[in-house]
Amino acid sequence: MNPLDRTAADVARAVNAGETSAAAVAAAAHARIAERDPAVGAYLAETADLAREHAARVDARVRAGERLPLAGVPLAIKDNMCVAGTLTTCASRILEGWIAPYTATAVQRLLDAGALPLGKTNMDEFAMGSSCENSALGKTANPWDLGRVPGGSSGGSVAAVAAGEAVVALGSDTGGSIREPAAFCGVVGFKPTYGRVSRYGLIAFASSLDQIGPITRTVEDAALVYDVMAGKDPMDATTVDLAVEPAAAGLREDLKGVRVGIVREFGLDKLEPDVRAVYERAYADLERLGAELVEVSLPTADYGVATYYLIAPAECSSNLARFDGMRYGLRVEGADVGQTYEATRAKGFGDEVKRRILIGTYALSSGYYDAYYVRAQKARTLIADDFKKAFASCDAIACPAAASPAFEFAAKADPVSMYLMDYYTIPMSLAGLPSLSVPCGYATPPGARGPLPLGLELSAPLFAERALLGIAHAYERGTRHATLQAIPPLPSAVTA
Amino acid sequence: MSATLESANAVVDVNGVPYEAVMGIECHVELKTATKMFCGCRNVFGAEPNTNVCPVCLGMPGALPVPNRLAIELVVKAGLAFGAEIPAFSKFDRKNYFYPDMPKDYQISQFDTPLTQGGVVPFFLPDGTAGSCRLTRIHLEEDTGKSSHAGSRDGRIAGSTHSLVDFNRAGVPLMECVSEPDIRSAAAAVAYLEALKRTFVALGVSDVKMEEGSLRCDVNLSLRPVGAAEYGTKTEIKNMNSFNSVRRAIESEIARQAAILADGGRIVQETRGWDEAAGVTHPMRSKERAHDYRYFPDPDLTPIEFAAADVTRMRAELGTLPQTRLERLVREDGLSLVQAQQIVDTPGLADFYDAARACSGKPQATVNFVLGELSRLANERGTPVAASLVTPAALAEIVELTEANAINSKTAKDVLARVWASGGSPKAIVDAEGLAQVSDAGAIDGIVAGVLAANEKTVADYRSGKTKVMGFLVGQVMKQSGGKANPTLAEERLRAALDGGA
Repeated sequence: MNPLDRTAADVARAVNAGETSAAAVAAAAHARIAERDPAVGAYLAETADLAREHAARVDARVRAGERLPLAGVPLAIKDNMCVAGTLTTCASRILEGWIAPYTATAVQRLLDAGALPLGKTNMDEFAMGSSCENSALGKTANPWDLGRVPGGSSGGSVAAVAAGEAVVALGSDTGGSIREPAAFCGVVGFKPTYGRVSRYGLIAFASSLDQIGPITRTVEDAALVYDVMAGKDPMDATTVDLAVEPAAAGLREDLKGVRVGIVREFGLDKLEPDVRAVYERAYADLERLGAELVEVSLPTADYGVATYYLIAPAECSSNLARFDGMRYGLRVEGADVGQTYEATRAKGFGDEVKRRILIGTYALSSGYYDAYYVRAQKARTLIADDFKKAFASCDAIACPAAASPAFEFAAKADPVSMYLMDYYTIPMSLAGLPSLSVPCGYATPPGARGPLPLGLELSAPLFAERALLGIAHAYERGTRHATLQAIPPLPSAVTA
Repeated sequence: MSATLESANAVVDVNGVPYEAVMGIECHVELKTATKMFCGCRNVFGAEPNTNVCPVCLGMPGALPVPNRLAIELVVKAGLAFGAEIPAFSKFDRKNYFYPDMPKDYQISQFDTPLTQGGVVPFFLPDGTAGSCRLTRIHLEEDTGKSSHAGSRDGRIAGSTHSLVDFNRAGVPLMECVSEPDIRSAAAAVAYLEALKRTFVALGVSDVKMEEGSLRCDVNLSLRPVGAAEYGTKTEIKNMNSFNSVRRAIESEIARQAAILADGGRIVQETRGWDEAAGVTHPMRSKERAHDYRYFPDPDLTPIEFAAADVTRMRAELGTLPQTRLERLVREDGLSLVQAQQIVDTPGLADFYDAARACSGKPQATVNFVLGELSRLANERGTPVAASLVTPAALAEIVELTEANAINSKTAKDVLARVWASGGSPKAIVDAEGLAQVSDAGAIDGIVAGVLAANEKTVADYRSGKTKVMGFLVGQVMKQSGGKANPTLAEERLRAALDGGA
């Protein structure tokens, strides 16, 4: 079996046992990318040499008797994470051609654990978007239907895992950028608690929300990757100094004694009938596996999108100021320094990035700060408080990861309709909660060439990653939707 | 301008109406930490450009700041030294604006929650009167890089072909110390700055070198009729690179504003740069529009919280503050202000003086030796007093020997120089080598008789009214006594012999 079609746990076991070598895995990955990526477009840059180099190192370490948790596991890395010596662009013209001089902590931890860096994946520019269509440097298709988007912003990472062009991937999630695309592509996407995984080397979009997380085919693999990269980093002051209980050791097979909250305000009646049926069955499956379903209320969750679209743009307007043409990246010369700034940024940033910088600049401006930024922070506190109250009566909350399956390219031309794609993921981001999407079935919207995956979003209290992954694992094992047969039926043109 | 240069209040005459100057001072002080504010790069002055840099202080994509705890504590101590309040909660904010020497195009600073609030800086004016200035706040921020401009004749940006940026300074911890408008004269401004410097140096907060830019200050200055409650329109003066240029810039600006008011004109609120060579202030290029810095809490940094115990510990670590010492030296020891300042401002000297004075019990005689012969030796040998082999107890022995007339001043200098080089007890040296001053009238009379006999012509000169030759005769007695004669007694006996034998 091609190692690209296996789980990370399985690949690592085989490489550690000497059944196969990391070098062979790297070669298989290179071949698979060559075969499928022309149609999928998951990668912006393949780093085959770097993967081979790391494979040789892994093989030497295994020969020397070491056992590595991610030995030879093929890894795709979202292009907003710095990897020393590789192109790191955030899918933006303003960073086109920039080579990172250092490696992000989360990436480094995975590489130290034996993962093979296959390449840098496409994304919405600076992680702003929900379809991957805001990339300035490439187009990524949903492997389940090449006429549809993979979701975003971590669209390339998710597509790579779904298409068998990587076994695991790193994404970043600010308002749903791991969970929504994972749902669209039928894989597991996990955003840990804010502060669990170092952001050092993750090019910031919205610093108080950004969080790196794993994209995998199984919950077990998500736990494996999470266990390696979680924990305090002296280079990131916002990481918490809290012991990480290994999540891989907390995976469970049933949900006996688990209380799962169903959010009253997230009623399924707004969904299309076939999508609604999938989620009704998902809730029923949770109950069948032993969970007690309890109704919880998140009265302020409805303000999530509005709150998010003040806080995230405010932070991004400041975070993206450094892209000014002075020290790195694109530079368009003007008559003086002010004009150089303007010309560089006018040419370097895409429309969505500019829109958010403008919104954020406005929200922070003198005279508007209290009305927008400060009020949004207050709303954020209320949303987090709602979750605290809800978790008094449940261990996890279940809801749809997205209101629909993947949509067709150019279907969401209006920015607000795109923003609403993150309706179910944004509240958890604002509250900093650990949250994931696990495959929960399929729907076939009108015009689709076949069934498209849907994701069940499960969320837990702060730092309850181990419990959350345990619950998700039981759900995955107890249902037939999330099978280990993770490779979707790619169109014959691609699989051929 | 009135003749109040050295006093607390500068009063100027504007068409017969007395006006006073009102000033507040903002100081930027670079902290003396081993590493920068938010990264591990070295914090040193004068390194090759762009050698102390890393992804964090260069603002590389994805890099994050981690606060330097020591820098935070130094600022808190600076505030505590002046009785400031330390709020339990503080945070860092981003000040957003574009500038090529600011790597992130925002500066990490503090907007509404400074590390310290309030406090009072006491100082002495040159005329000896005491003054004080209230502090508004002290906050912590990161310094920017340093731009230089090439291709223009004078190194200014106007006419330059390109600019160079050195980021070694970017991210150096910078403390901003803002005063209330309590300063009323150039002398008070300098006294205030000297008091800050003295304290920051003593606490190890900063080396406070204006010429290296580790202290930069801006003076806000306005005039108003004496007794008026409202402030006049102020200007902000920048670009002073020494305390002396602060003094000159303030005096120049007071005169400029007074002249405008005397002509019935109005002061324009603006920033003015001090031109050291021309001795005047010039308006600086005004910003096209008021800056909106869009401050907001930096989401990359967590709030700074202090437990009461932290503040208590830091207060205990302050030790004796220079101002406390100055006051004690002047009030209790009776030293002059200049002497007291010299003692306090020389590293290690105050502790030495205190210990020596405690042994000798004679403040003035002790300070004379400490600032006189001992400091001269320190300069000559290039070693601080505290590092020499002269212990405070040894100096006290010399003071005692001199005060008791047991040795004369020449012997005192010789013995001190010997102890400086090889240590030991001055008393023991004096005893062992018989250096004690000869104060026995009979013994001196014997020497006097010999000297008079050997210098008949001089004796004749003296008797004919040339009394100035006495100095020569005393010198001869000293020489004959091997330097040990008590010079006062020698003169007395010479005079008795010459006048009595007439």
